[in-house]
Amino acid sequence: MGTNAGIVGVLALQGDVAEHLQALEESGVQALTVKSEEDLGRVDGLIIPGGESTTVMKLLHRFELAEPVIARTREGMPLWGTCMGMIVVARDVTGTPQPTLGLMDISVRRNAFGRQNESAEVSLPIPALGSKNFPAVFIRAPWVERAGPAVEVLAERDGRAVMVRQENMLGTSFHPELSGDRRVHEYFMRMVRDALVGKRRKIA
Amino acid sequence: MAETGTTTVKRGLAQMLKGGVIMDVVTPEHAVIAQEAGAVAVMALERIPADIRAAGGVARMSNLELVQSIMDAVTIPVMAKCRIGHFAEAQALQELGIDFIDESEVLTPADEQYHVDKTPFTTPFVCGARNLGEALRRINEGAAMIRSKGEAGSGNIVEAVRHMRAITEAIEVLVHAKDLKAYAREMRVPLKLVKEVAEAGKLPVVLFCAGGISTPADASLMMQLGAEGNFVGSGIFKSNNPRAFAKAIVDATTHFSDPKVIVETSLSLGKDSRAMEGLDLRKIPESELLAPRGN
Repeated sequence: MGTNAGIVGVLALQGDVAEHLQALEESGVQALTVKSEEDLGRVDGLIIPGGESTTVMKLLHRFELAEPVIARTREGMPLWGTCMGMIVVARDVTGTPQPTLGLMDISVRRNAFGRQNESAEVSLPIPALGSKNFPAVFIRAPWVERAGPAVEVLAERDGRAVMVRQENMLGTSFHPELSGDRRVHEYFMRMVRDALVGKRRKIA
Repeated sequence: MAETGTTTVKRGLAQMLKGGVIMDVVTPEHAVIAQEAGAVAVMALERIPADIRAAGGVARMSNLELVQSIMDAVTIPVMAKCRIGHFAEAQALQELGIDFIDESEVLTPADEQYHVDKTPFTTPFVCGARNLGEALRRINEGAAMIRSKGEAGSGNIVEAVRHMRAITEAIEVLVHAKDLKAYAREMRVPLKLVKEVAEAGKLPVVLFCAGGISTPADASLMMQLGAEGNFVGSGIFKSNNPRAFAKAIVDATTHFSDPKVIVETSLSLGKDSRAMEGLDLRKIPESELLAPRGN
């Protein structure tokens, strides 16, 4: 797809970075790891992978990446958080004072479906991706406890929101990078392409 | 339908821990210090390996009330150890709701012939390995994560380096090998598993380093040698400044390939910080070495 499709970065402070890179590369997208502000400047969209949210929030601040990620996202850079990533982009975490980037108007509950023994594979209907269910992998997964008026709920599991979108931001409780199905990655790449087209129009 | 305990979700939790540090803790307070420092998980233990080594005798699964109190103290995943082959200890840990079971050579083995058959468990297992054969036998038994054994509680990185190199170099040999059947026979594992490793050029599960890490540079070394994350046991709570060492080892694991960060994080320890005392492994009688247990 080349440069027209944009370059997608994967935040590489901790977590399942390689799995996202592989999913992107399989879809023919140019992917980069992002460990510094300089790296962030090279990408047109950013994925915050699965991992531990307390760890990654600390590292985002320690290595001075929190503010640049917030600034780029507010300028319109597409941002997708998977599981831990969705916690990191949320407004707040229900029941704990855990810090977040506070970008998306959602409150998330951590480990909402339970500890590891409750981690599960679920066949999930996601109408935005077509009629075929999506093989969703939930690992100590959060759910969206509250979604603000600007947030669109794209999928639910047991009546709980597990895939949400607010303008240039996407959040999933599950890990599309762990199943062979690339439709959520393709959905995010369309967000990246659309943002690039919008930017070019503005410049023209 | 929600399907729990699948290979994907068991291996998946280990994938979420990549690039992180898993720390041994013996109290809920330790666990909070570890979480505050940025640990991705903690290993709940009654005694850290250096003290197990010093105490001698039989080391068993930890007191479950202690494990429970550590689970209650933190939001990150909690692991606990069972003895090699002691499937009843593993069943108890699963019932308690632990996130990961370490079938560990640090405890006194319960079975000198068999490891736990890990496949029927919902809870994922991590196992130690000194070489590719051990790693693949454990994966074939259902392990969802492998760690180098190193020599736990020694503060000496030499064995971890030996084991990590043995595993990665043997994978390299498989990638270029013509007769995979011979390797499968030699390692006593199915040909299918050997083929999978040869084609991917890596294990089908996450590979961490364990056993001997005590400084930020040790953490960086092991990541550069192919570890996907680090277990640190005695290295943190046997140092004279656990908070500083915990944070420094986390930073070094994240930015392992950037010597600038290793310098900054090492300087942040301050001039009075001392890493744990290390042991010269050549002076330890063979009967007291932990790594040869369970091959």
